[in-house]
Amino acid sequence: MTTLADLLLIVVILVDLFALASSRLGALIRIVALQGLALGLLPLIAHHEQLTWRTAALAGGSLALKGAVFPWLLLRATRQDSVRRELTPFVGYTASLLAGVAIVGAAFVMGSRLPLPFPAVSDLLVPVALSTTIIGQFLIVSRRKAATQVLGYLVLENGIFVFGLTLSVRMPALVEMGVLLDVFIGVFVMGLAVRHIQQEFDSIDASQLTHLRDLP
Amino acid sequence: MIAPAAVFLLGLALAPLTGGLIVRVKSLAAGRTGPPILQPYFDLARLWRKGTVRSTSTSWVFASGSVITAAATAAALALVPAGGVRAPLAFAGDAVLLVGLLALGRFAMVLSAMDTGSSFEGMGASRETAFSALAEPVLMLVVASVARASGGLSLSEMLGPGLPAAWGLHGASLALAAAALFVILLAENARIPVDDPATHLELTMIHEVMLLDHSGPDLALMEYASALKLWIFGALLAGLAVPVRTGWEALDLAAFLAGTAAAAAVVGLVESSMARLQLARVPQLVVGAGALAAFGVVLGVRA
Repeated sequence: MTTLADLLLIVVILVDLFALASSRLGALIRIVALQGLALGLLPLIAHHEQLTWRTAALAGGSLALKGAVFPWLLLRATRQDSVRRELTPFVGYTASLLAGVAIVGAAFVMGSRLPLPFPAVSDLLVPVALSTTIIGQFLIVSRRKAATQVLGYLVLENGIFVFGLTLSVRMPALVEMGVLLDVFIGVFVMGLAVRHIQQEFDSIDASQLTHLRDLP
Repeated sequence: MIAPAAVFLLGLALAPLTGGLIVRVKSLAAGRTGPPILQPYFDLARLWRKGTVRSTSTSWVFASGSVITAAATAAALALVPAGGVRAPLAFAGDAVLLVGLLALGRFAMVLSAMDTGSSFEGMGASRETAFSALAEPVLMLVVASVARASGGLSLSEMLGPGLPAAWGLHGASLALAAAALFVILLAENARIPVDDPATHLELTMIHEVMLLDHSGPDLALMEYASALKLWIFGALLAGLAVPVRTGWEALDLAAFLAGTAAAAAVVGLVESSMARLQLARVPQLVVGAGALAAFGVVLGVRA
């Protein structure tokens, strides 16, 4: 039986696959924001019978950050025309998509071998967490532009968030907030860094950073 | 009780109507009235009355191509159920035969295109083969996830009375399969994001270019085979996406026909709202559909 939580987790995976196939930065930022929204709603659905201030604050914080603040920051950082598209990734889009399917398949196989010590909201939780984490890492290493890599980092963090969801009843709120703050600072700094790199070098192609060196 | 043979005859009779319906939806979306819905029938009748002209450079391969294509596609139609109404032919694993028969039809079409010796048609043939090689595994994945969800092994069982219950249990998996099937419908029938059925003599077209040397009854057979193929995919999609199985066959059949009409309307709307993709991006679209279907299979196998 497909529950609402299952449906949201399926949306998360579909966003992962879309992120692997999309070359448009604007669409990518919005779709990752959608993933953040779906994930922000998850704790509310998962713990709706024992909704505490803590889960509500956690969900609200992540909804606001991932659904509104991050997309706004990133859209602002990439407003300059030169970075609308990622044209030459290290791994092509079709190949990325196939790799993504393989990752999802592997995550489902592994997820079934990793039973949780206590019942989770949905048995999709572990496979979705694994595949989102790995796809996020894949995005980071396979793309050239700094902005796309930031999005990969966000997807990776979303995966970790799903994993945290399995434990959120047992995890202290402080840790939860710390993680959220960490990501916020991360994206904030990266957003600024992307802007500065671009202003300085007319490009945010991270592969060119390897050529940076001190003047002789 | 509706005889399975009636389903087959219904498909043979109504197949060209789908194309007419798509053109009508496109015209309405563009603010025109457009040709009559029955125009494809008139076209077929006109072509059928004409004489055949065959290039002197062609052999029996070209002459037999249109017949084999039409016959193979018609045979494939015999395997396709009309919603909950069984197809005349149904056995375990008939979906493989369906894919095989469609491939046979395509093979004959490609051979007759190459037999003309025209480099232009050879180019279309190569494109058609390349894209269908990508689309075929996706179709098999769709069949796999539907088979897994419904527990049936023949198409008539898969789309049979057990389908509503399967939607309840494996809704997500079946929805992904239906989405992938729709993309494959567009790709296999040379519809817009993949190929533009309205263009002739354009360097980027795929399907129409292979028919340039056909005339008269040959062309009529080829056009009819394309109409049948569109009907087959529309019927599969409607059977999957409209799971109305009341057990009262007339009602099921009406729901099925409404489903195929709706599928045609959606195709028309997609065609009026999208431009054709760059040729190099088509594989990405089809692989994307494959990713959806594969994810559907993974979900289905797990549950």
